Amino acid sequence: MSLFTSVDHGSTVTKHPGLAAKEARAGRILIAPYVIFFLIFSAYPLIFSLVLVFHHWSIVGPLEWAGLDNFAELISDDVFWKSITNTLLFIIIHVPLQVVVALFLAAVLNENIPARGFFRASFFLPVVVSGVAVTVLWKQLFSTDAGLFNQVLAWFNIARVPWLSSPDWAMPSIAVMATWKNVGLYVILFLAGLQNVPRSLYEAAEMDGAGWWDKFRYITVPAINPVVVIVLILSTLGGFSLFIEPYVLTGGGPMNSTLSGVLYIYRQAFGFFRMGYAATVGLALAVVVVGVVLIQRRIVERED
Amino acid sequence: MTNRWMKWIGFAAMALVAFSFLYPFLWMFVATIKPETEITEVGLLASSYNVDNYKVLLDRIPILRAFFNSLIVSVASTVAVLIFCSLAGYALARLRFPGRGFIHNLILFTMVMPFQLTLIPLYVLMVKFGWVDTYAALILPYTMSAFAILLFRQFFLQMPQDLIDAARIDGLGELSILFRIFWPLSRPILITVGIVHFMGIWNEALWPLIVIRDEMLMTMPQMVALFAVAGQAEGQFGVQLSAAALMTLPVVIVFVFLQRYFIESMATSGLKE
Repeated sequence: MSLFTSVDHGSTVTKHPGLAAKEARAGRILIAPYVIFFLIFSAYPLIFSLVLVFHHWSIVGPLEWAGLDNFAELISDDVFWKSITNTLLFIIIHVPLQVVVALFLAAVLNENIPARGFFRASFFLPVVVSGVAVTVLWKQLFSTDAGLFNQVLAWFNIARVPWLSSPDWAMPSIAVMATWKNVGLYVILFLAGLQNVPRSLYEAAEMDGAGWWDKFRYITVPAINPVVVIVLILSTLGGFSLFIEPYVLTGGGPMNSTLSGVLYIYRQAFGFFRMGYAATVGLALAVVVVGVVLIQRRIVERED
Repeated sequence: MTNRWMKWIGFAAMALVAFSFLYPFLWMFVATIKPETEITEVGLLASSYNVDNYKVLLDRIPILRAFFNSLIVSVASTVAVLIFCSLAGYALARLRFPGRGFIHNLILFTMVMPFQLTLIPLYVLMVKFGWVDTYAALILPYTMSAFAILLFRQFFLQMPQDLIDAARIDGLGELSILFRIFWPLSRPILITVGIVHFMGIWNEALWPLIVIRDEMLMTMPQMVALFAVAGQAEGQFGVQLSAAALMTLPVVIVFVFLQRYFIESMATSGLKE
């Protein structure tokens, strides 16, 4: 977390007033590109989003004052709320799955087994491959009639599963795919956490007669708790950014069961050309994201 | 004895999981060269192999052009980030100027600001600038990253002050100190920022889908995503998979050679977030 600490670091030569002024001038020049970037690409969109949410706008033609119409629509918009519950469903499946699988793989990789480097790289491969490529690949794996999954299930006489064509299965299927895609990153993060635990601690615990579970519960878990927090937050943010997977696999269907928040923004803006309402959905989604992350933090910190 | 058993059970479990990560990719590459009727089979063996799918693909969409576009956009944006973000990181870490703390807080703020909030207004900005369907829309909003600035700042904070003082006495300006003295000592952070940013832009699909309509300017993820959802490839598993395979192959090759850098970079950046 040292990234966020503010250190008063400066030149020791700055005691001389002329040199201090020179240093300040250099500082202002070097930071100028960021300030310009911030004003154009962060500040302006931020302010304009607060304008947009009070207007109707199809992007051609003038802005039309809408008062609180967009917010009134949002509250009674079942599809919007569906997109929020979809995202929460995705997170409820994806995040714990991610943590458990990543932790398991990292724990085994942390032991002295052969070919560790190869395994680590294998798990990491889907992380670097484009999400679009992975999704197109999984679209074939998920196919109800000819997909690999259903063919393998058929070997065991298990009936075909409508992975993407049933509203009950589609979102869990996407959550599993997303876990496969991202788990390698979290394995690496957990491994880094585990490697910080001194071996001697485990040896001492073994001498005291601690079993596998005791060692895991009282040594490993406290040591990796900070990593768990990072994994929770990163994969939650990932859940709220969900877009390309449903876009390619299902288009948000069936029956809006995989419609994510971002996909809904996209649909409102570029399907229906309702910029004001799309911006309102974006604002609402941002509020939910910040809310969920704050709640998570509070829960995790209380457990410490 | 039990330890040895555990070791091999662990190895077997890892081998099984690794298989489930690698086989789909292997299957994808092989499926693209199978005859149309055998593509969906689980195994890798086919009665014959051909490259018809790729011929059809190249015929339907300008995917090589998309590869080239992705390359231009990712390289340009990464070079810009390395230069501009190290400038800002240097200023924040080593130069005392009024407003430094405030700007540091601004950067932290933009990092926690959800992108969903500014997505539509940013698109509107592109429209107003007349940047829709230009490289500018793909590159300029990604010439800086709050996260990269913070990584550079943190790295530069650890450099000894003597280095700077000596350089100043020799008459070097701040830009020379940054690029001629700090940069050669900053390989790890340059690699980390470079890889993480490049991968982010290379794989980005949402933003190009929003600002690019002209097929000749599309990036690879965008073009393949559109191809997979549009009627163009309806029902043709092989052609869609070929598009995904073409997108995956360069990444796999680079990853095989540079995997240590990839893994270390993504791990550092993840832990610092």
